[in-house]
Amino acid sequence: MLCQECQSKQASLHFTKIINGEKTEFHICETCAKDKGDYIPGSNSFSIHQLLSGLLDTEQPFSTTKESPSLKTQREELTCKNCGLTYQQFAEIGRFGCAECYRTFDEKLDPIFRRIHGGNAEHAGKIPKRKGKDLHVHREIENLRSTLKTQIENEEFEQAAKIRDKIRSLKNNLQEKEGD
Amino acid sequence: MSIESFMNDAISPWMKNEGPESDIVISSRVRLARNLQHIPYPIIAKENQLGEIISQVKEKYAGQNHIKFGVLELLQMNELKENEKRVLVEKHLISPNLSRETKAGAVLLSEDESLSIMVNEEDHFRIQCLLSGFQLDESLRYANDMDDWMEEKLDFAFDEKRGYLTSCPTNVGTGLRSSVMMHLPALVLTKKFNRILPAINQLGLVVRGIYGEGSEAQGNLFQISNQTTLGKKEQDIVEDLRSVVSQLIQHERAARESLLQQSQILLEDRIYRSYGILAYSRRIESKEAMKRLSDVRLGIDMGLIKDVKGNILNELMILTQPGFLQQYAGEALLSEDRDQRRAALIRERLKLELAD
Repeated sequence: MLCQECQSKQASLHFTKIINGEKTEFHICETCAKDKGDYIPGSNSFSIHQLLSGLLDTEQPFSTTKESPSLKTQREELTCKNCGLTYQQFAEIGRFGCAECYRTFDEKLDPIFRRIHGGNAEHAGKIPKRKGKDLHVHREIENLRSTLKTQIENEEFEQAAKIRDKIRSLKNNLQEKEGD
Repeated sequence: MSIESFMNDAISPWMKNEGPESDIVISSRVRLARNLQHIPYPIIAKENQLGEIISQVKEKYAGQNHIKFGVLELLQMNELKENEKRVLVEKHLISPNLSRETKAGAVLLSEDESLSIMVNEEDHFRIQCLLSGFQLDESLRYANDMDDWMEEKLDFAFDEKRGYLTSCPTNVGTGLRSSVMMHLPALVLTKKFNRILPAINQLGLVVRGIYGEGSEAQGNLFQISNQTTLGKKEQDIVEDLRSVVSQLIQHERAARESLLQQSQILLEDRIYRSYGILAYSRRIESKEAMKRLSDVRLGIDMGLIKDVKGNILNELMILTQPGFLQQYAGEALLSEDRDQRRAALIRERLKLELAD
Protein backbone atom coordinates (compact mmCIF):
# COMPACT_ATOMS: atom_id res chain seq x y z
CA MET A 1 0.00 0.00 0.00
CA LEU A 2 1.29 3.46 -0.90
CA CYS A 3 1.41 6.30 1.59
CA GLN A 4 -1.80 8.32 1.29
CA GLU A 5 0.05 11.56 1.93
CA CYS A 6 2.99 11.53 -0.46
CA GLN A 7 1.84 8.69 -2.74
CA SER A 8 5.44 7.70 -3.32
CA LYS A 9 6.69 5.62 -0.41
CA GLN A 10 5.30 2.43 1.09
CA ALA A 11 2.90 3.06 3.96
CA SER A 12 4.42 1.55 7.08
CA LEU A 13 2.13 3.09 9.66
CA HIS A 14 -1.50 2.03 9.83
CA PHE A 15 -3.58 3.89 12.32
CA THR A 16 -7.29 3.74 13.05
CA LYS A 17 -8.94 6.47 15.08
CA ILE A 18 -12.48 6.11 16.37
CA ILE A 19 -14.06 9.18 17.91
CA ASN A 20 -17.78 9.10 18.80
CA GLY A 21 -18.19 6.10 16.54
CA GLU A 22 -16.67 7.93 13.59
CA LYS A 23 -13.82 5.94 12.12
CA THR A 24 -10.82 7.53 10.40
CA GLU A 25 -7.98 5.49 8.93
CA PHE A 26 -4.45 6.59 8.07
CA HIS A 27 -1.98 4.66 5.97
CA ILE A 28 1.19 6.66 5.70
CA CYS A 29 4.96 6.27 5.45
CA GLU A 30 7.36 7.04 8.25
CA THR A 31 8.48 10.37 6.82
CA CYS A 32 4.96 11.73 6.53
CA ALA A 33 4.12 10.32 9.95
CA LYS A 34 6.93 12.38 11.46
CA ASP A 35 5.54 15.50 9.77
CA LYS A 36 2.13 14.80 11.22
CA GLY A 37 3.75 14.50 14.61
CA ASP A 38 1.26 14.55 17.43
CA TYR A 39 -1.72 13.36 15.43
CA ILE A 40 -0.51 9.82 15.22
CA PRO A 41 0.75 7.84 18.17
CA GLY A 42 3.82 5.77 17.39
CA SER A 43 5.14 8.36 15.00
CA ASN A 44 7.35 10.22 17.43
CA SER A 45 9.45 9.54 20.48
CA PHE A 46 6.65 10.28 22.93
CA SER A 47 4.52 7.46 21.62
CA ILE A 48 4.91 5.33 24.73
CA HIS A 49 3.58 8.11 26.90
CA GLN A 50 0.66 8.73 24.63
CA LEU A 51 -0.20 5.05 24.78
CA LEU A 52 0.27 5.12 28.51
CA SER A 53 -1.97 8.08 28.98
CA GLY A 54 -4.78 5.94 27.58
CA LEU A 55 -4.12 3.51 30.39
CA LEU A 56 -3.88 6.17 33.04
CA ASP A 57 -7.02 8.02 32.19
CA THR A 58 -9.12 5.35 33.81
CA GLU A 59 -12.07 7.61 34.23
CA GLN A 60 -12.34 8.59 30.61
CA PRO A 61 -14.85 5.87 29.64
CA PHE A 62 -17.34 7.35 32.09
CA SER A 63 -16.70 10.99 31.39
CA THR A 64 -19.24 11.11 28.56
CA THR A 65 -21.98 10.07 30.94
CA LYS A 66 -23.45 12.72 33.19
CA GLU A 67 -21.16 13.49 36.03
CA SER A 68 -22.30 15.05 39.27
CA PRO A 69 -20.67 18.45 39.76
CA SER A 70 -19.24 17.52 43.12
CA LEU A 71 -17.44 14.53 41.63
CA LYS A 72 -16.05 16.68 38.92
CA THR A 73 -14.64 19.33 41.20
CA GLN A 74 -13.24 16.64 43.44
CA ARG A 75 -11.29 15.27 40.52
CA GLU A 76 -10.09 18.68 39.51
CA GLU A 77 -8.87 19.34 43.00
CA LEU A 78 -6.46 16.41 42.95
CA THR A 79 -3.36 18.55 42.49
CA CYS A 80 0.18 17.93 43.67
CA LYS A 81 1.16 20.56 46.22
CA ASN A 82 4.86 20.32 45.42
CA CYS A 83 4.88 20.67 41.63
CA GLY A 84 1.34 21.72 40.76
CA LEU A 85 0.58 18.79 38.45
CA THR A 86 -3.10 17.81 38.38
CA TYR A 87 -4.26 14.22 37.98
CA GLN A 88 -5.74 15.18 34.64
CA GLN A 89 -2.36 16.45 33.44
CA PHE A 90 -0.68 13.32 34.75
CA ALA A 91 -3.13 11.23 32.74
CA GLU A 92 -2.42 13.30 29.64
CA ILE A 93 1.37 13.27 29.68
CA GLY A 94 1.70 9.83 31.24
CA ARG A 95 4.37 10.98 33.64
CA PHE A 96 4.64 12.14 37.23
CA GLY A 97 5.84 15.66 37.96
CA CYS A 98 7.76 14.93 41.15
CA ALA A 99 8.19 12.45 43.98
CA GLU A 100 5.31 14.05 45.90
CA CYS A 101 2.86 13.22 43.05
CA TYR A 102 3.07 9.57 44.11
CA ARG A 103 1.60 10.47 47.49
CA THR A 104 -0.98 12.88 46.04
CA PHE A 105 -2.34 10.37 43.50
CA ASP A 106 -1.72 7.32 45.69
CA GLU A 107 -5.31 6.04 45.85
CA LYS A 108 -5.50 5.86 42.06
CA LEU A 109 -2.16 4.24 41.41
CA ASP A 110 -2.64 0.59 42.38
CA PRO A 111 -4.71 -0.43 39.33
CA ILE A 112 -2.41 1.52 37.01
CA PHE A 113 0.75 -0.09 38.35
CA ARG A 114 -0.85 -3.52 38.27
CA ARG A 115 -1.66 -3.11 34.62
CA ILE A 116 1.82 -1.93 33.70
CA HIS A 117 3.82 -4.23 35.94
CA GLY A 118 2.21 -7.61 35.48
CA GLY A 119 -0.09 -7.44 38.50
CA ASN A 120 2.40 -5.86 40.90
CA ALA A 121 1.86 -2.58 42.75
CA GLU A 122 4.47 -2.82 45.52
CA HIS A 123 8.24 -2.67 45.51
CA ALA A 124 10.18 -5.80 46.45
CA GLY A 125 13.70 -4.81 45.47
CA LYS A 126 16.60 -2.72 46.66
CA ILE A 127 16.40 -0.31 49.60
CA PRO A 128 18.84 2.62 49.54
CA LYS A 129 21.85 1.85 51.73
CA ARG A 130 22.21 5.07 53.66
CA LYS A 131 18.76 6.60 53.57
CA GLY A 132 17.14 3.20 53.91
CA LYS A 133 19.04 2.20 57.04
CA ASP A 134 16.14 3.13 59.28
CA LEU A 135 13.81 1.40 56.90
CA HIS A 136 15.73 -1.84 57.36
CA VAL A 137 15.35 -1.45 61.12
CA HIS A 138 11.64 -0.64 60.81
CA ARG A 139 11.14 -3.80 58.78
CA GLU A 140 13.01 -5.85 61.36
CA ILE A 141 10.91 -4.42 64.17
CA GLU A 142 7.76 -5.28 62.27
CA ASN A 143 8.94 -8.85 61.76
CA LEU A 144 9.84 -9.18 65.45
CA ARG A 145 6.44 -7.82 66.47
CA SER A 146 4.61 -10.51 64.54
CA THR A 147 6.89 -13.17 66.04
CA LEU A 148 6.15 -11.73 69.47
CA LYS A 149 2.43 -11.95 68.84
CA THR A 150 2.51 -15.61 67.89
CA GLN A 151 4.75 -16.42 70.84
CA ILE A 152 2.34 -14.78 73.26
CA GLU A 153 -0.56 -16.64 71.69
CA ASN A 154 1.40 -19.87 72.16
CA GLU A 155 2.23 -18.84 75.73
CA GLU A 156 6.00 -18.96 75.06
CA PHE A 157 6.60 -16.12 77.49
CA GLU A 158 10.31 -16.63 78.05
CA GLN A 159 11.03 -16.35 74.33
CA ALA A 160 8.61 -13.45 74.03
CA ALA A 161 10.42 -11.49 76.73
CA LYS A 162 13.66 -11.76 74.76
CA ILE A 163 11.99 -10.55 71.60
CA ARG A 164 10.37 -7.68 73.51
CA ASP A 165 13.79 -6.56 74.79
CA LYS A 166 15.22 -6.74 71.31
CA ILE A 167 12.43 -4.57 69.91
CA ARG A 168 12.99 -2.10 72.72
CA SER A 169 16.70 -1.79 72.03
CA LEU A 170 16.15 -1.39 68.27
CA LYS A 171 13.64 1.36 68.95
CA ASN A 172 15.99 3.11 71.35
CA ASN A 173 18.73 3.08 68.73
CA LEU A 174 16.38 4.66 66.19
CA GLN A 175 15.34 7.41 68.61
CA GLU A 176 18.92 8.21 69.55
CA LYS A 177 19.77 8.63 65.88
CA GLU A 178 16.83 10.89 65.27
CA GLY A 179 17.94 13.03 68.18
CA ASP A 180 21.33 13.61 66.50
CA MET B 1 43.50 12.12 11.09
CA SER B 2 44.49 8.54 10.26
CA ILE B 3 41.77 5.92 10.28
CA GLU B 4 43.55 4.07 13.08
CA SER B 5 43.67 6.94 15.52
CA PHE B 6 40.15 7.99 14.58
CA MET B 7 38.91 4.53 15.42
CA ASN B 8 40.83 4.43 18.63
CA ASP B 9 38.96 7.51 19.76
CA ALA B 10 35.69 6.28 18.36
CA ILE B 11 35.56 2.87 19.96
CA SER B 12 34.78 2.93 23.67
CA PRO B 13 37.49 1.07 25.59
CA TRP B 14 34.90 -1.36 26.98
CA MET B 15 34.11 -2.48 23.44
CA LYS B 16 37.65 -3.66 22.84
CA ASN B 17 37.37 -6.39 25.45
CA GLU B 18 35.64 -9.48 24.22
CA GLY B 19 33.05 -10.58 26.73
CA PRO B 20 31.60 -14.06 27.20
CA GLU B 21 29.44 -15.45 24.32
CA SER B 22 30.57 -12.51 22.23
CA ASP B 23 29.93 -14.39 18.98
CA ILE B 24 26.21 -13.81 19.65
CA VAL B 25 25.81 -11.32 22.49
CA ILE B 26 27.28 -7.95 21.53
CA SER B 27 26.71 -6.12 24.79
CA SER B 28 24.85 -6.17 28.11
CA ARG B 29 23.42 -3.10 29.74
CA VAL B 30 21.79 -2.24 33.06
CA ARG B 31 20.19 1.12 33.71
CA LEU B 32 18.90 2.49 37.02
CA ALA B 33 16.58 5.51 37.15
CA ARG B 34 17.01 7.73 40.21
CA ASN B 35 15.52 11.07 41.26
CA LEU B 36 15.93 13.61 43.99
CA GLN B 37 13.22 14.01 46.60
CA HIS B 38 12.15 17.63 46.37
CA ILE B 39 12.94 18.88 42.89
CA PRO B 40 10.28 18.32 40.18
CA TYR B 41 11.20 15.98 37.34
CA PRO B 42 12.89 17.49 34.27
CA ILE B 43 9.67 17.39 32.21
CA ILE B 44 8.12 20.17 34.35
CA ALA B 45 10.99 21.53 36.45
CA LYS B 46 12.07 25.12 36.03
CA GLU B 47 15.42 25.88 34.50
CA ASN B 48 16.93 27.06 37.77
CA GLN B 49 15.84 23.86 39.52
CA LEU B 50 17.59 21.73 36.91
CA GLY B 51 20.57 24.06 37.11
CA GLU B 52 20.64 23.34 40.83
CA ILE B 53 21.01 19.63 40.06
CA ILE B 54 23.87 20.34 37.68
CA SER B 55 25.71 22.35 40.33
CA GLN B 56 25.17 19.52 42.85
CA VAL B 57 26.61 17.08 40.34
CA LYS B 58 29.58 19.35 39.69
CA GLU B 59 30.25 19.73 43.37
CA LYS B 60 29.72 16.13 44.46
CA TYR B 61 30.62 13.84 41.54
CA ALA B 62 32.39 15.55 38.63
CA GLY B 63 36.13 14.94 38.66
CA GLN B 64 35.75 12.63 41.66
CA ASN B 65 37.74 9.43 41.65
CA HIS B 66 35.61 6.33 41.93
CA ILE B 67 37.42 3.23 43.11
CA LYS B 68 36.27 1.15 40.16
CA PHE B 69 35.47 3.60 37.39
CA GLY B 70 38.20 6.19 37.85
CA VAL B 71 37.62 9.89 37.38
CA LEU B 72 34.16 10.87 36.21
CA GLU B 73 34.06 13.51 33.52
CA LEU B 74 31.07 15.85 33.19
CA LEU B 75 29.90 16.81 29.69
CA GLN B 76 27.15 19.43 29.48
CA MET B 77 24.89 19.38 26.44
CA ASN B 78 25.00 23.16 26.00
CA GLU B 79 28.79 23.04 25.69
CA LEU B 80 28.91 20.34 23.01
CA LYS B 81 28.70 20.73 19.24
CA GLU B 82 25.77 19.12 17.42
CA ASN B 83 27.94 16.40 15.95
CA GLU B 84 29.70 15.64 19.21
CA LYS B 85 26.31 14.92 20.74
CA ARG B 86 25.37 12.74 17.81
CA VAL B 87 28.53 10.71 18.29
CA LEU B 88 27.65 10.17 21.98
CA VAL B 89 24.23 8.90 20.89
CA GLU B 90 25.75 6.55 18.33
CA LYS B 91 28.07 5.19 20.99
CA HIS B 92 24.97 4.53 23.15
CA LEU B 93 26.39 6.75 25.89
CA ILE B 94 23.45 9.15 25.88
CA SER B 95 19.91 8.96 24.53
CA PRO B 96 18.65 11.03 21.60
CA ASN B 97 16.34 12.79 24.09
CA LEU B 98 19.23 13.93 26.24
CA SER B 99 21.12 15.25 23.21
CA ARG B 100 18.16 17.59 22.59
CA GLU B 101 18.05 18.68 26.22
CA THR B 102 20.28 21.69 25.69
CA LYS B 103 19.35 23.72 28.75
CA ALA B 104 20.36 21.50 31.63
CA GLY B 105 21.17 18.09 30.18
CA ALA B 106 24.52 16.56 31.03
CA VAL B 107 26.31 13.26 31.26
CA LEU B 108 28.94 11.91 33.64
CA LEU B 109 31.30 9.48 31.92
CA SER B 110 33.77 7.01 33.35
CA GLU B 111 37.22 6.76 31.79
CA ASP B 112 36.52 3.54 29.91
CA GLU B 113 33.01 4.71 28.99
CA SER B 114 31.46 1.55 30.41
CA LEU B 115 29.56 3.74 32.85
CA SER B 116 27.56 6.81 32.03
CA ILE B 117 25.15 8.80 34.14
CA MET B 118 22.67 10.92 32.25
CA VAL B 119 21.59 13.98 34.21
CA ASN B 120 18.22 15.69 33.63
CA GLU B 121 16.95 13.36 30.95
CA GLU B 122 13.48 11.97 31.76
CA ASP B 123 14.69 11.35 35.32
CA HIS B 124 17.21 13.39 37.30
CA PHE B 125 19.73 10.57 37.03
CA ARG B 126 20.03 7.53 34.84
CA ILE B 127 22.94 5.33 35.80
CA GLN B 128 23.91 3.08 32.93
CA CYS B 129 26.51 0.33 32.81
CA LEU B 130 27.40 -1.12 29.43
CA LEU B 131 29.70 -4.16 29.08
CA SER B 132 30.74 -6.26 26.11
CA GLY B 133 29.34 -9.75 25.65
CA PHE B 134 26.98 -11.53 28.01
CA GLN B 135 27.69 -9.90 31.39
CA LEU B 136 24.33 -8.97 32.89
CA ASP B 137 25.22 -9.83 36.48
CA GLU B 138 28.38 -7.74 36.30
CA SER B 139 26.49 -4.82 34.76
CA LEU B 140 23.95 -4.95 37.57
CA ARG B 141 26.69 -5.12 40.19
CA TYR B 142 28.54 -2.12 38.75
CA ALA B 143 25.38 -0.05 38.33
CA ASN B 144 24.47 -0.89 41.93
CA ASP B 145 27.94 0.13 43.14
CA MET B 146 27.57 3.46 41.40
CA ASP B 147 24.06 3.88 42.84
CA ASP B 148 25.39 3.29 46.38
CA TRP B 149 28.28 5.66 45.78
CA MET B 150 25.98 8.42 44.56
CA GLU B 151 23.52 7.82 47.36
CA GLU B 152 26.22 8.55 49.94
CA LYS B 153 26.04 12.18 48.89
CA LEU B 154 22.45 12.79 47.74
CA ASP B 155 19.02 11.66 48.93
CA PHE B 156 17.21 9.69 46.25
CA ALA B 157 13.40 9.69 46.25
CA PHE B 158 12.41 6.34 47.73
CA ASP B 159 9.08 5.14 49.06
CA GLU B 160 8.71 2.04 51.18
CA LYS B 161 5.71 0.85 49.22
CA ARG B 162 6.58 1.97 45.67
CA GLY B 163 10.36 1.82 45.78
CA TYR B 164 12.44 4.26 43.76
CA LEU B 165 10.16 6.95 42.37
CA THR B 166 10.54 7.82 38.70
CA SER B 167 9.02 10.21 36.23
CA CYS B 168 7.39 7.51 34.11
CA PRO B 169 5.17 4.94 35.84
CA THR B 170 6.79 2.21 33.71
CA ASN B 171 10.09 2.62 35.61
CA VAL B 172 8.90 2.85 39.22
CA GLY B 173 10.11 0.38 41.86
CA THR B 174 13.56 -0.81 40.91
CA GLY B 175 14.03 1.80 38.16
CA LEU B 176 15.86 -1.03 36.44
CA ARG B 177 16.00 -1.72 32.75
CA SER B 178 18.34 -4.52 31.79
CA SER B 179 18.97 -5.23 28.16
CA VAL B 180 21.10 -7.36 25.92
CA MET B 181 22.08 -6.71 22.31
CA MET B 182 22.15 -9.91 20.27
CA HIS B 183 23.26 -10.79 16.76
CA LEU B 184 20.82 -13.43 15.54
CA PRO B 185 21.38 -13.86 11.78
CA ALA B 186 20.75 -17.62 11.64
CA LEU B 187 17.43 -17.39 13.49
CA VAL B 188 16.33 -14.66 11.09
CA LEU B 189 17.62 -16.53 8.02
CA THR B 190 15.80 -19.73 9.00
CA LYS B 191 12.68 -17.65 9.83
CA LYS B 192 12.63 -19.06 13.35
CA PHE B 193 12.93 -15.72 15.09
CA ASN B 194 9.40 -14.64 14.25
CA ARG B 195 8.08 -17.78 15.86
CA ILE B 196 10.12 -17.24 19.03
CA LEU B 197 9.17 -13.56 19.31
CA PRO B 198 5.64 -13.98 20.75
CA ALA B 199 6.96 -16.31 23.46
CA ILE B 200 9.57 -13.72 24.48
CA ASN B 201 6.87 -11.06 24.72
CA GLN B 202 4.72 -13.30 26.86
CA LEU B 203 7.52 -13.55 29.39
CA GLY B 204 7.33 -9.80 29.95
CA LEU B 205 10.35 -9.01 27.80
CA VAL B 206 10.52 -6.57 24.90
CA VAL B 207 12.43 -6.92 21.64
CA ARG B 208 13.59 -3.83 19.76
CA GLY B 209 16.01 -2.67 17.08
CA ILE B 210 19.43 -1.38 18.06
CA TYR B 211 18.67 2.26 18.67
CA GLY B 212 15.94 1.61 21.20
CA GLU B 213 12.25 2.32 21.23
CA GLY B 214 10.55 2.17 17.87
CA SER B 215 13.76 1.59 15.92
CA GLU B 216 13.85 -1.05 13.26
CA ALA B 217 16.10 -4.07 13.51
CA GLN B 218 19.19 -3.52 11.38
CA GLY B 219 21.95 -5.99 10.70
CA ASN B 220 20.04 -8.76 12.51
CA LEU B 221 20.77 -6.99 15.78
CA PHE B 222 18.12 -7.11 18.45
CA GLN B 223 17.84 -5.52 21.85
CA ILE B 224 15.96 -7.57 24.40
CA SER B 225 14.95 -6.02 27.70
CA ASN B 226 12.66 -6.36 30.70
CA GLN B 227 9.35 -4.53 30.70
CA THR B 228 8.25 -4.57 34.33
CA THR B 229 10.23 -2.85 37.07
CA LEU B 230 7.91 -3.14 40.06
CA GLY B 231 7.27 -6.06 42.39
CA LYS B 232 10.37 -8.11 41.57
CA LYS B 233 13.87 -8.06 43.03
CA GLU B 234 16.61 -6.62 40.81
CA GLN B 235 18.41 -9.97 40.72
CA ASP B 236 15.23 -11.75 39.64
CA ILE B 237 14.53 -9.27 36.84
CA VAL B 238 18.03 -9.76 35.51
CA GLU B 239 17.86 -13.53 36.00
CA ASP B 240 14.62 -13.77 33.98
CA LEU B 241 16.28 -11.93 31.11
CA ARG B 242 19.45 -13.98 31.47
CA SER B 243 17.63 -17.28 31.15
CA VAL B 244 15.77 -16.21 28.00
CA VAL B 245 18.98 -14.89 26.44
CA SER B 246 20.74 -18.18 27.25
CA GLN B 247 18.03 -20.06 25.41
CA LEU B 248 18.20 -17.72 22.44
CA ILE B 249 21.96 -18.31 22.27
CA GLN B 250 21.36 -22.06 22.10
CA HIS B 251 18.70 -21.67 19.42
CA GLU B 252 20.96 -19.39 17.38
CA ARG B 253 23.85 -21.88 17.66
CA ALA B 254 21.58 -24.75 16.58
CA ALA B 255 20.28 -22.72 13.63
CA ARG B 256 23.86 -21.92 12.56
CA GLU B 257 24.78 -25.59 12.80
CA SER B 258 21.83 -26.67 10.69
CA LEU B 259 22.56 -23.97 8.08
CA LEU B 260 26.08 -25.28 7.83
CA GLN B 261 24.93 -28.87 7.41
CA GLN B 262 22.04 -28.29 5.07
CA SER B 263 23.15 -25.44 2.87
CA GLN B 264 26.81 -24.66 3.36
CA ILE B 265 27.40 -23.57 -0.25
CA LEU B 266 24.42 -21.21 -0.21
CA LEU B 267 25.57 -19.77 3.07
CA GLU B 268 29.16 -19.36 1.94
CA ASP B 269 27.99 -17.74 -1.27
CA ARG B 270 25.93 -15.21 0.65
CA ILE B 271 28.70 -14.44 3.10
CA TYR B 272 31.42 -14.03 0.45
CA ARG B 273 29.19 -11.91 -1.77
CA SER B 274 28.62 -9.57 1.15
CA TYR B 275 32.34 -9.60 1.89
CA GLY B 276 33.03 -8.71 -1.73
CA ILE B 277 30.59 -5.81 -1.67
CA LEU B 278 32.08 -4.41 1.54
CA ALA B 279 35.62 -4.82 0.23
CA TYR B 280 35.02 -3.19 -3.15
CA SER B 281 31.88 -1.03 -3.21
CA ARG B 282 32.20 2.72 -3.82
CA ARG B 283 28.86 3.76 -2.29
CA ILE B 284 26.84 2.01 0.33
CA GLU B 285 23.74 3.00 2.32
CA SER B 286 23.73 2.50 6.06
CA LYS B 287 21.01 -0.15 5.90
CA GLU B 288 22.85 -2.23 3.31
CA ALA B 289 26.12 -1.79 5.17
CA MET B 290 24.52 -3.21 8.31
CA LYS B 291 23.13 -6.17 6.40
CA ARG B 292 26.46 -6.99 4.73
CA LEU B 293 28.37 -6.53 7.96
CA SER B 294 25.99 -8.95 9.63
CA ASP B 295 26.71 -11.56 6.93
CA VAL B 296 30.46 -11.13 7.23
CA ARG B 297 30.28 -11.27 10.99
CA LEU B 298 28.35 -14.55 10.72
CA GLY B 299 31.05 -15.86 8.38
CA ILE B 300 33.74 -14.93 10.89
CA ASP B 301 31.91 -16.46 13.85
CA MET B 302 31.30 -19.70 11.94
CA GLY B 303 34.95 -19.95 10.95
CA LEU B 304 34.21 -19.50 7.23
CA ILE B 305 36.13 -16.22 7.02
CA LYS B 306 39.41 -16.63 8.83
CA ASP B 307 41.54 -13.55 8.20
CA VAL B 308 39.20 -10.93 9.72
CA LYS B 309 38.56 -10.42 13.43
CA GLY B 310 35.08 -10.80 14.89
CA ASN B 311 34.67 -7.42 16.52
CA ILE B 312 34.58 -5.80 13.10
CA LEU B 313 30.79 -5.66 13.14
CA ASN B 314 30.73 -4.01 16.55
CA GLU B 315 33.17 -1.39 15.36
CA LEU B 316 31.84 -0.72 11.91
CA MET B 317 28.21 -0.62 12.95
CA ILE B 318 29.11 2.41 15.04
CA LEU B 319 31.71 3.92 12.74
CA THR B 320 29.43 3.93 9.72
CA GLN B 321 26.63 5.87 11.44
CA PRO B 322 26.12 9.42 10.11
CA GLY B 323 27.58 11.21 13.16
CA PHE B 324 30.83 9.31 13.08
CA LEU B 325 31.22 9.64 9.34
CA GLN B 326 30.86 13.39 9.65
CA GLN B 327 33.29 13.52 12.51
CA TYR B 328 35.80 11.55 10.43
CA ALA B 329 35.24 13.85 7.49
CA GLY B 330 35.44 16.90 9.73
CA GLU B 331 32.39 18.47 8.06
CA ALA B 332 28.67 18.00 7.61
CA LEU B 333 27.91 15.57 4.79
CA LEU B 334 24.96 15.13 2.46
CA SER B 335 23.49 11.69 2.48
CA GLU B 336 25.09 10.75 -0.90
CA ASP B 337 28.49 11.90 0.31
CA ARG B 338 27.96 9.85 3.41
CA ASP B 339 27.31 6.72 1.35
CA GLN B 340 30.57 7.32 -0.46
CA ARG B 341 32.51 7.95 2.75
CA ARG B 342 30.93 4.93 4.36
CA ALA B 343 32.06 2.65 1.55
CA ALA B 344 35.57 4.12 1.71
CA LEU B 345 35.76 3.71 5.47
CA ILE B 346 34.69 0.07 5.31
CA ARG B 347 37.19 -0.68 2.50
CA GLU B 348 40.02 0.89 4.46
CA ARG B 349 39.02 -0.89 7.63
CA LEU B 350 39.02 -4.27 5.89
CA LYS B 351 42.40 -3.54 4.30
CA LEU B 352 43.76 -2.73 7.73
CA GLU B 353 42.52 -6.08 8.96
CA LEU B 354 44.29 -8.00 6.19
CA ALA B 355 47.52 -6.11 6.72
CA ASP B 356 47.74 -7.19 10.38
